[in-house]
Amino acid sequence: MREPAVTVKLAREHGLSDEEFGKINSILGRTPTYTELGIFSVMWSEHCGYKNSILLIRTLPRTGESLLAEPGKENAGVVDFSDEYAIVFKIESHNHPSAVEPFQGAATGVGGILRDIFAMGARPLACLDSLRFGPLSDEHTRYLFRGVVEGIGFYGNCFGVPTVGGEVYFEEAYRDNPLVNAMAVGLVRKDKLASSVAAGVGNLVLYVGAATGRDGIHGATFASEELSEKSGERRPSVQIGDPFMEKLLVEATLEMIEKGLVVSVQDMGAAGLTSSSVEMAAKGGLGVELDLSLVPQREEGMTPYEIMLSESQERMLFIVEEGKFDEAKEVLERWDLHYAVVGRVTDDGMLTVRMNGRVYATIPVDALVVGGGCPAYEREPVYPKYLDRVNGFTPDDFLPAISAEEALVQLISSPNIASKSWVFRQYDHQIMSNTVVLPGGDAAVLRIKGTGKGIAVSTDCNGRYSYLAPYTGAAIAVAESARNVVVTGAKPVAITNCLNFGDPYNPDVYYQFSEAIRGIGDACRALGTPVTGGNVSFYNESATGTVVYPTPVIGMLGILDDIASFITASFKQEGDVILLLGETLPEIGGSEYLKEIYQAVWGPPPSVDLAKEKAVQDAFLEIAGLRLATSAHDVSDGGLAVALVEMGIFDRENPLGFVLNASILNGFSEKEYHLFLFSESQSRIVMTCREEHLSKVKEVLSRYDVKSLLLGKVCGDKFDFGRFSIPVSDALDLYYNSIERILKGEWK
Amino acid sequence: MKAAVVVFPGSNCDRDCYWASHNIAGIDTVFLWHKERYIPPVDLVILPGGFSYGDYLRAGAIARVSPIMGAIRDFAASGGLVLGICNGFQILTESGLLPGVLVRNKSLSFLCQYVYIRVERNDTPFTRGYNVGDVLRLPIAHNEGNFFAPPDMLDEIERKKLVLFRYCDSNGNITEESNPNGSMNSIAGIINENGNILGMMPHPERASELILGSRDGLGIFESLKEGYA
Repeated sequence: MREPAVTVKLAREHGLSDEEFGKINSILGRTPTYTELGIFSVMWSEHCGYKNSILLIRTLPRTGESLLAEPGKENAGVVDFSDEYAIVFKIESHNHPSAVEPFQGAATGVGGILRDIFAMGARPLACLDSLRFGPLSDEHTRYLFRGVVEGIGFYGNCFGVPTVGGEVYFEEAYRDNPLVNAMAVGLVRKDKLASSVAAGVGNLVLYVGAATGRDGIHGATFASEELSEKSGERRPSVQIGDPFMEKLLVEATLEMIEKGLVVSVQDMGAAGLTSSSVEMAAKGGLGVELDLSLVPQREEGMTPYEIMLSESQERMLFIVEEGKFDEAKEVLERWDLHYAVVGRVTDDGMLTVRMNGRVYATIPVDALVVGGGCPAYEREPVYPKYLDRVNGFTPDDFLPAISAEEALVQLISSPNIASKSWVFRQYDHQIMSNTVVLPGGDAAVLRIKGTGKGIAVSTDCNGRYSYLAPYTGAAIAVAESARNVVVTGAKPVAITNCLNFGDPYNPDVYYQFSEAIRGIGDACRALGTPVTGGNVSFYNESATGTVVYPTPVIGMLGILDDIASFITASFKQEGDVILLLGETLPEIGGSEYLKEIYQAVWGPPPSVDLAKEKAVQDAFLEIAGLRLATSAHDVSDGGLAVALVEMGIFDRENPLGFVLNASILNGFSEKEYHLFLFSESQSRIVMTCREEHLSKVKEVLSRYDVKSLLLGKVCGDKFDFGRFSIPVSDALDLYYNSIERILKGEWK
Repeated sequence: MKAAVVVFPGSNCDRDCYWASHNIAGIDTVFLWHKERYIPPVDLVILPGGFSYGDYLRAGAIARVSPIMGAIRDFAASGGLVLGICNGFQILTESGLLPGVLVRNKSLSFLCQYVYIRVERNDTPFTRGYNVGDVLRLPIAHNEGNFFAPPDMLDEIERKKLVLFRYCDSNGNITEESNPNGSMNSIAGIINENGNILGMMPHPERASELILGSRDGLGIFESLKEGYA
């Protein structure tokens, strides 16, 4: 097989800079072969090599007593849960594939993150999906939205993991470059935690799962460039998902690990066979030799380059001792899986690739990986001019153009706030019979059978805030995701993150990214939630150069020590008093209100005081621990008014109204009334309790120095806001049916 | 009482059924691999939900020719109890052990939500613990749960009173709005003439504990267990 000659031009076409190509030449002491060039290009791509992010990411707080694995070392973060169990979780993007082929792009995104979880020996427990699209009024957006949701459902439902939460936002900035971030959570017995560190010279490299095809070649490189007019031509770069194969893989993988047959294992995700073999060998300080003629192939005449770079789905790579191979074979055959021994672990620190007796690549594995030869760049962040332009807004600059009632009706009907039940009902969210709090509220809650404990999981990010104030926006994403789990009664313990940004060589983007990292770091330190790992997705830009909002999505894990103490967001009984924890400031900048009513994206967004945030969360957790809260909800998009309506209708079958204490509104001008209802000030929780418990609740709050406001009482069948009221039945209809009406074309 | 939960490749409610049957209802339960040709000494075989063999052809179409289904046919013919839930129901209709077919939901999309079903008979081993007219709140999660039968067959199903559960509203009224998937006559579950095979689309195993929001489905497992006490 003759390979093309490698030139600087060819290296550029592989996304490598001239300097990087020079570095490759000096590492090898010669010009790379075509196959080697392909291997370097994917391993040094942004997607695998994190070259523009790793130095900043290393500044994040990554230690904590509850962390059981070093971040980045294993496929996913590992958090201590109980004597017996640990929780494994991670989030990853599949943005570009979903932009060109929404169904398969989203489906394979789910498949990829699930493999990361069971490669750790953990059984996937739950998925969450954080999605962003253009305006829902746009026909192409509706096509992407339907396709992505269907793809997620297709994969997760068949695989058999509940999809329990996530978010969906619609913003102009994501029109051509939607964001599809999939998070998975798994449960592993601590003594069965699998490793991705290769060990044992001479051990077998065992390939398991689907045969290798030409699909997905250069997927990692595709993910590392901007979308363009030609991205449609990348469609062959999008892989096809087979959740049934994945289901067989999870069972066989877990059974092999359970039986102690596995030295180490990694899934073949981005950069396929290349990254899985190289990363395992590098972590173990060893080498690996592969004979590609042994790799199961589903197409004729595949070249070594193609086999090494294929991103065909549903494939795993195991390191197995020769003496245990027969037993492993038995498991794999029982599950009707294809497998092949394709190589061995060596002690020479080299990746050696052979095919039909000829050597196609010999590269020191260390030269290919993050922390080894893979380049790492850091630049001085430069303050972007646009921030001054978009941040001049003050509440003095507006007068309410419509009544508060009209504004509220418009908000609860808007796609960003209205119920996403159209999405969630397409996901099986109850399979595995663990889901205690279903999707739609602040965080999903799952019980862990046999422990009496549970977990709460949430994803969060307000991209608009991050665009207007990258540091604050990222800090708020952490704070809000923590608050989301806190209001269920769970203690936030750790995060995973998916950092969606534009081209890192664009100075504005690089500034946004570095500020976001700083914001996440500060918030995680303040809240005691270390970063267990995650994923960076750069180059989220359209063909015309529109950059997505900087969107650092935070996946938060919380733990409930007593699952029976979980709290939901819906009002429970008439007569309960409603209390607002935290302070409402005139913070309307960056709000859903400004965007929805005035079509304006003006900053500054709300501020966040991390010490106050921590105090509110700690105070509420103590109240929850005393079983005093009958319901609780985070105040976020749309402000207090939206939060109260949601609490009244979250339990769709048993809705309850409320009446606001009219005295609160004394002296409010019309504008102040709007600010009170729609401000998006942070660090606020609405909770209810029995009237007789109010003094105890207030006692706890005063100990934490948390301000509170008695808002009113749960009662009746209308939401009485003092100066107007809306019937609960109207709110139910608008909140639950708006998205479907837009999709059916009944509404614009 | 003893029960076995069949595990097809692609079954994904097998563990949930095991949990509800064994850990919650207290029925001695084992797993049964799809490649087996014999049924161990059990009283009840559960065909769980999922996507058996991927269901890429048609739901239940491949499972019906699997080795274990031959054994289940014999087991049922000799009076053994069979409970098919969701994909299990689809396999039972594909196998001809129950009449009718389950076609795509009227909405053409997957539906995961709570529904209400009304108990139509309590003179069966599956429902002896309920009263006729009881309204149960159970989750559904399926793409193909729309029960269809040709007019003659539907008449026969009704005449022989084979309908065990119908979708209804919270008060037990059978309405168009309370039928989630377009099933004929709002059929959610049917039994065979001998009364020992039940197929149903809603998931009783997901509604067997209060912490999960409903324990209305536990009565099915308890009915079965009491019958063998």
